[in-house]
Amino acid sequence: MSVAYLDYNASAPLRAEAREAMLAALACAGNPSSVHAAGRAIRQRLAEAREAVAELVGARADQVVFTSGATEANNLALRGYRPDGRAPRILASAVEHVSVLAAAEQIELIPVESSGVVDLGALQRMLAERDWRDCIVSVMAVNNETGVVQPVDEIVRIARAAGAVVHCDAVQAAGKHPFDMATGGIDLLTLSGHKIGAPRGVGALLVGEGVELRPENRGGGQERGLRGGAEAVDAIAGLGAVARLSGRMLEDHARASALTARLESEVRRLAAQAQILGSGAERVGTTSCIALPGVRAETQLMALDLQGVCVSAGSACSSGKVSPSHVLRAMGYGEGVADCAIRVSLGWNSTEDDVGRFLDAYGQMVARLGTAA
Amino acid sequence: MANAKPAPIYLDYQATTPTDPRVVDAMLPWFAQHFGNPHSSEHAHGWTAAEAVDRARAEVAALIGAKAKEIVFTSGATESNNLAIKGAAHHRRQAEGRTRVVTVATEHKCVLESCARLGREGFDVVVLGVDREGRLDLSHLEAAVDGDTALVTVMAANNEIGVLHPLAEIAEIAHRAGAWLHTDAAQAVGKVPVDVAEQDIDLLSISGHKIYGPKGIGALYVRRRPRISLEPQMDGGGQEKGVRSGTLAPALCVGLGKACALAAAEFEAEAERLAVLRDRFLDRVRTAAPDLEVNGPARDRLAGNLSITVPGVDSDELMAALDGVSVSSGSACSSGARDSSHVLRAIGRDPAAREATLRIGFGRFTTEEEVDAAAGVVVAACGRLRGAARRAAV
Repeated sequence: MSVAYLDYNASAPLRAEAREAMLAALACAGNPSSVHAAGRAIRQRLAEAREAVAELVGARADQVVFTSGATEANNLALRGYRPDGRAPRILASAVEHVSVLAAAEQIELIPVESSGVVDLGALQRMLAERDWRDCIVSVMAVNNETGVVQPVDEIVRIARAAGAVVHCDAVQAAGKHPFDMATGGIDLLTLSGHKIGAPRGVGALLVGEGVELRPENRGGGQERGLRGGAEAVDAIAGLGAVARLSGRMLEDHARASALTARLESEVRRLAAQAQILGSGAERVGTTSCIALPGVRAETQLMALDLQGVCVSAGSACSSGKVSPSHVLRAMGYGEGVADCAIRVSLGWNSTEDDVGRFLDAYGQMVARLGTAA
Repeated sequence: MANAKPAPIYLDYQATTPTDPRVVDAMLPWFAQHFGNPHSSEHAHGWTAAEAVDRARAEVAALIGAKAKEIVFTSGATESNNLAIKGAAHHRRQAEGRTRVVTVATEHKCVLESCARLGREGFDVVVLGVDREGRLDLSHLEAAVDGDTALVTVMAANNEIGVLHPLAEIAEIAHRAGAWLHTDAAQAVGKVPVDVAEQDIDLLSISGHKIYGPKGIGALYVRRRPRISLEPQMDGGGQEKGVRSGTLAPALCVGLGKACALAAAEFEAEAERLAVLRDRFLDRVRTAAPDLEVNGPARDRLAGNLSITVPGVDSDELMAALDGVSVSSGSACSSGARDSSHVLRAIGRDPAAREATLRIGFGRFTTEEEVDAAAGVVVAACGRLRGAARRAAV
């Protein structure tokens, strides 16, 4: 059975450009740290990818540290920044990805409003309570479960005024929003390959001017000493190829957003009781968190999966467990809603047909299960 | 008009190996139609990715005599080594108060750096020396490993001079004191027999790109019986049974699995072939430079590795003169910056000798013609650099 894939926030299909760049790199021998011709040739590919990734987010090439993915980048940002040799206090929003929440040794959570937007008043109060110089404020640009866009510019302004360093997990924002790290004032920025149609196994941390990190993975001094280990040049070449498509990514995003808008209006028609969570806030157009009160998310996922429709419940992590979403809880949803929400996410290769198949399966599911509530 | 340049001859297989085309073929399907997140287990796409990752895990395990569930995928040997060393040391200090870590001066930089970090955190790090052939004196090891020792970390095969360490004997010494044994086997797996059960190894690091697999993937073997516990070094979604968070890359896992399966089937014949090629190369170069010295032992070494010191020649000049032949002057690290080799220093080579040393790595795609051509280029370059050409002209 062919499947309709509507789970781009978990992982997007690989773009052809990335595939070609990877195959070309795979055909070359050479370690980018080697002095000889083979090493130089592969180093050149690495340098080109670095330029492209930097340009995508308005940074300089020498600010890009390639990692094995966003989890490693988030860990490097939050564990590697140790201005006085100790782990800094971290102020992170309550809806951050688990790799941010778990990486921090000392963390305080900034509450969010019921819309999912960071409570700026609370942030200001927390910052005023004590000295936050040399601490990190970590807020994602776009939430992976709800698509809610955080007011990053405003957060940067508030955090910087308090002397804190700003980390932004931009994994779900890249390719959906134009980005400018330099003018935005972000100190540390995390990117993921496989969320934007580049391969899995690669990500990047962008390290702004004047921010010093201690490496977590120690080794041969690669990535300006910040991340040891031979670079995954093939996967990095794939990421570079996608980063070069910034204009096309925005076009594809607009197209997928239109499809998502149609999907949401049809869902509301099929199930009057359905709630789109986070719809009170600005969202990226391609993510819908849809609760069907009284029908548990696992049940919905299985019903949709039997029809060949791939979506997810909350975020996809750790070997397939479906656990209650900390994001929806932070927005104030209790059981009955938080445990009954699925995430539908579209992307660059989504089609009318995908949406049609989702809606058919969803309609059948609501007819069978939804009236029980 | 000058003739078109022939394709360069790649003889740097310890720095990295070309990805085997059969590995690329195995990865291709995962670049195209399969795109589930391997952790999104609720839907069909996710399951097939998870299945492929599990199959790959079994292939990696089979190569080293482990069980599939003892294999943790990582981004490469550097991460594996960091996780094993820091993860084991932190866990054992916390659980049992063990604070000593024993290693060897010729380890890979990432092992030494991980140990140095532990040293700054208050661990008692012992770095053992080696003899002129790079061998570890086991009586020194025995003296260094005590009841406070959390971990002994000794590489299986050295990346510069090819020396193999006797892991089973090292394991016995470590275990007598209750210490765990970790081995960085990046250069050994798929080249020489490695069996974690037979050699009684607790933790073992594997690299993809040293065994004709892709870059950006590696593995760590973590023994289950008796159980070895690690403090995770990267936090997040709790993947890899909580030991290593981060989304797995199925294409890379599949590539590593395939590389391991190929190595298991082919490494014995390959090692025999490479030993013949290596000796052929050495004989030719030695004829022209009888005073050259081989670093590392004659026996108990990697078949595909050769490290030679040619007195009176500067390896930088020599490498520059080796047009069309890719070899190295030491290990490939830190963005092409050249550092005098800590391995050569540890085996007692003086600065002049260290600067006169070349590492030549032979591998799966090396042909006899390439070996002969490369030997010819090396001989000619050495002759030129040593002034032999000028003397001959007089």
